Amino acid sequence: MAKYYAESHEWIELDGDTAALGISQYAADALGDITYVEIPAPGKTVAAGDILCTVESVKAVSDVYAPVAGTVGEGNSGLEADPGALNVDPENTWICKLEGVKQDSLDGLMDADAYAKFIETL
Amino acid sequence: MPYIPNTDADRQEMLAAAGFASIADMWEQAGVKFPAPKLDGIPAGKSEFEVMSYLSGLAEKNATHLINFVGGGYYDHIIPAAADAIAARGEFYTAYTPYQPEASQGTLQAIYEYQTAICRLTGMEVSNASLYDGGTALFEAMMMAAHITGRRQVVISAAVSPIFRCMIECYCRNLDLERIEIPDGRGTDSALDSLTAAVTDRTACVIVQYPNFFGEVEDLTGLVTAAQAKGALAVCSAYPVALGCLKTPGEMGFDIVTGEGQSLGIPLSFGGPYLGFMAVKAKYMRKMPGRVVGRTTDLNGKTGYVLTLQTREQHIRRENATSNICSNESLCALNALIYLSLCGKTGFRQVGELCMSKAVYAREQLLAIPGVTPVGSGAFFNEFVIETPLDGAELVGKLIDKGFAAGFPLGRYYPERKNQILVAVTEKRTREEIKALANAMEALL
Repeated sequence: MAKYYAESHEWIELDGDTAALGISQYAADALGDITYVEIPAPGKTVAAGDILCTVESVKAVSDVYAPVAGTVGEGNSGLEADPGALNVDPENTWICKLEGVKQDSLDGLMDADAYAKFIETL
Repeated sequence: MPYIPNTDADRQEMLAAAGFASIADMWEQAGVKFPAPKLDGIPAGKSEFEVMSYLSGLAEKNATHLINFVGGGYYDHIIPAAADAIAARGEFYTAYTPYQPEASQGTLQAIYEYQTAICRLTGMEVSNASLYDGGTALFEAMMMAAHITGRRQVVISAAVSPIFRCMIECYCRNLDLERIEIPDGRGTDSALDSLTAAVTDRTACVIVQYPNFFGEVEDLTGLVTAAQAKGALAVCSAYPVALGCLKTPGEMGFDIVTGEGQSLGIPLSFGGPYLGFMAVKAKYMRKMPGRVVGRTTDLNGKTGYVLTLQTREQHIRRENATSNICSNESLCALNALIYLSLCGKTGFRQVGELCMSKAVYAREQLLAIPGVTPVGSGAFFNEFVIETPLDGAELVGKLIDKGFAAGFPLGRYYPERKNQILVAVTEKRTREEIKALANAMEALL
């Protein structure tokens, strides 16, 4: 499965037309200790660039943006009890699924190598 | 020295950007006459003595001597002298927003204890550190429900304070929110069946008052359950003194409870400062506006108090804050805490019981007057509605001349209730005062 990154530091991993969505290691490190993850309500339709939910750390509350358009599916309810899992392994901890994601909507996103180069410029 | 920090050059730049030649030109294009300040009519200075005499004269025009039976959301309760004496201590009086916990433990602890008191009163899980007043708190609850549900329609009972509804309408005028007002039951009930029927899967919240504006105490559990089954939130504005005796909104399952805290040790005055309180279910605490104080332990294991969840507030989240009401009514909240602490759990319940039994006595006395009839047949706490052959405003006006503020003429907000008066009785009213009111009213009818 291919993984794609947005400049706002979310990743999606696409399986058919369903994408798992999380935040990058870079984002998790920048946030610091994560204390709360808002799981978006299933059924909500988002456009690319819309605010999907928020992640709260001891330092700040940050918005998580939808990198692509879709409909919110299943949420990772494990994060309600253990938000710190996002600090431990952010690249393999998804927040929610996005359904009905179109292949051509991936055009503006980066692959892992491009994202690694991108964060070096920050 | 001018106190306006922008310079002539700054002003010219702003005017140019907005496309105006001068400030006078801006007013002219706005179609408004330039409000040139007239300073020559201001009299010469007066001495302190003269100013005090003048202001005391103005204050004496207030009818503070009347025996008060007016409620409608703001009540004439006893305030122990100790409440003001404690609240006026310099350590509390001058304290501002306690951003630095190391310098503000006393203020933070007081707010934490206030939150605890509000949670116990309402039967809810989390309280904020207070809001401006009962009306704005109810507005904030409504907006909170809209954010949580993502829905834009609210159902509100006409038996919610017309003052609060007016405030909500004012705040909502330019918001994309649909308000559906459900007429009351024409007695004193909130027409719970109509309210329940009006809640659909498009409704963000249903808003009721407890006891309602006409004083009736209703079990709202069925409405709450039905609203929640439609995915809507149940919001209640409550009278805190009644909560010392009655089933709490928390027990009825409400999601958000707000109210006017004036009755908790804050004197009646024209427009405040009053106190808004808000308490919610724990699952909604991150959507709750305003600040919250939490208890924690420091490095040495000692108990300490800090502002918590403040990453959601406007000094960090800016335009994405949960609300722009952040500075709170700390001093009024402190008054409420001191009042509740001085009363104690038993004393506070006794205040409520006295209100109830005196209200029952007053209602009996007034209904014994020929021509006075009861309105509504439901249970009430300390406030009830009567109807007389006279226009309510006229009757109340005549009774002011006899030394009584006899009640709130309902026709002012409910035209079909022209001859009805809402009468409130607190623990302050004596048997003699109640009898005297009945005699004075009987003489006028």
